[in-house]
Amino acid sequence: MTDILLGLVWALVKAVGLVFVIILPMVSYTVYAERRVSAMIQDRLGPNRVGPMGLLQPIADAVKLLLKEDFTPASVNKFYYWLAPACAMAPSLMALAVIPFGSNLFGLPMVVANVDVGVLWVFAVSSLGVYGIVLAGWSSNSKYPFLGGIRSSSQMISYELSLGLSVIPIFLICGTLNLPNIVKYQIENGWLISPIWLKGISLTGINFPLLVSSIFSVDALVKILLWVPLFISFVVFMVSMFAETNRLPFDLPESETELVGGYHTEYSSMKFALFFLGEYAAMITGSAVIVTLFFGAWHVPFLPNDPSQFPWLGDLVLGIIHIAAFFIKVAILLFFFIWVRWTLPRFRYDQLMRLGWYFFFEIALANILLVAIILAFAPK
Amino acid sequence: MPSALFWIFVLVMLVFGVMVVVNRSPVASALSLVVCFLGLAALYISLDAFFLGVIQILVYAGAVMVLFLFIIMLLDLKAEQRRHFNLIAMFGGIVVIVLFVKVLWDVCYGFQGGNAVFPAIQNTEHGDTWQVGMALFQQYKLPLQMIGALIVVASVGAVLLSKRELK
Repeated sequence: MTDILLGLVWALVKAVGLVFVIILPMVSYTVYAERRVSAMIQDRLGPNRVGPMGLLQPIADAVKLLLKEDFTPASVNKFYYWLAPACAMAPSLMALAVIPFGSNLFGLPMVVANVDVGVLWVFAVSSLGVYGIVLAGWSSNSKYPFLGGIRSSSQMISYELSLGLSVIPIFLICGTLNLPNIVKYQIENGWLISPIWLKGISLTGINFPLLVSSIFSVDALVKILLWVPLFISFVVFMVSMFAETNRLPFDLPESETELVGGYHTEYSSMKFALFFLGEYAAMITGSAVIVTLFFGAWHVPFLPNDPSQFPWLGDLVLGIIHIAAFFIKVAILLFFFIWVRWTLPRFRYDQLMRLGWYFFFEIALANILLVAIILAFAPK
Repeated sequence: MPSALFWIFVLVMLVFGVMVVVNRSPVASALSLVVCFLGLAALYISLDAFFLGVIQILVYAGAVMVLFLFIIMLLDLKAEQRRHFNLIAMFGGIVVIVLFVKVLWDVCYGFQGGNAVFPAIQNTEHGDTWQVGMALFQQYKLPLQMIGALIVVASVGAVLLSKRELK
């Protein structure tokens, strides 16, 4: 009984720590980064008045959003109108439960729930996020939010298919759905974005026989062959993730020029902020999944993972370095999300649907077949 | 699992299952069904069937019910709420309920196979996802292929029906 309680306490500490200490501040600073990077791209200054370099801007924004008048239009369906913002925010935070965001800290593995279904949990929970948007669109009882809600539900259902199919090659190669085990596979065999990995080089020295055998071997040849389908699945997964998080160039559900503000047109104050922050939280979750599946999660190249190989670097320091490495990789991907948003124009709705159903769906299916054939003929 | 959790989720499922039937608004019914599915997924997970539980959420709560909600929202919901009780329909409903309870009673108390206790799934090094996959692709290979062919036929039929006016 005490074991269960102790496990529960540690899980709660990890969950609350992850969400309130890391993710929520990261969400508000992603908003700040979005404004600064967009200003940089458009040759403006951006918010630079609150605190040094405008770094306290997120706090000012939060205070503003909390103190604003919370106006509820008379024609809305009250219950669902209140329910929708929560439904939009919660799933993207819940999906983080299975992400391994660090190796070990104080002897505890840095993942909230180490379950075998791993990435399926992420897909399942984030597929619930569409309810928030659909309910917001419907309960607002107004035509632009309604159109936004309808667009969003069809877009998210369409791209869920290519999102799910594009990662099947990874499961075929790793033989598991469990995210910590996928990370372990990547540490031993190279990140899945570039499976050709020079083994034997580390900060402690170079192991030449291992290095040579990692370049000239049948195994290395198979990995070069696998590089092609893995890169295709990375591209399909990344683009589908843009569509799932409703980011430009796929932000049809809220396209300002056509739908005013889309599904959150009728929302104000903190309820609007929940939609807004939910979108950024979904971006962080999406980046975390991409980092875990393709970029080796918390793994730092050339740094030994076993503390005993590296005695002057303590357990604690190594654990913190791994957590930092994970979130630095996430931050780089977030920068990419922002960069794309301020570079590309919006797709037309029929183009979006054609891309999802005619191209990505088929490419992802053919890709699975390709990987299966390579693996079937590769020597064990 | 602690039995308290079992009872909590059973209660959630029963309450929201009743609300699916009782609610006059179709949107409320559909959302109650979603909560009911989430309770069912929690029960699966508490039996260590993680794969089934997550697939329950992914397929039913995340995809099928979103499509249902999508269709319901395009309907005129006011017409549904204005509808009055129909005596003949009520009588028919009561007959169906009585028959259903009779069948349920027979199944619960008459069917001896239902009392058999099956051994728990062996904990191997692989998880339940691996076991489900092995069962599907080794033991039930032919049925799986046949279901696949059936689904292809059904989806071709759906496309054909929706494109009929284009000819």
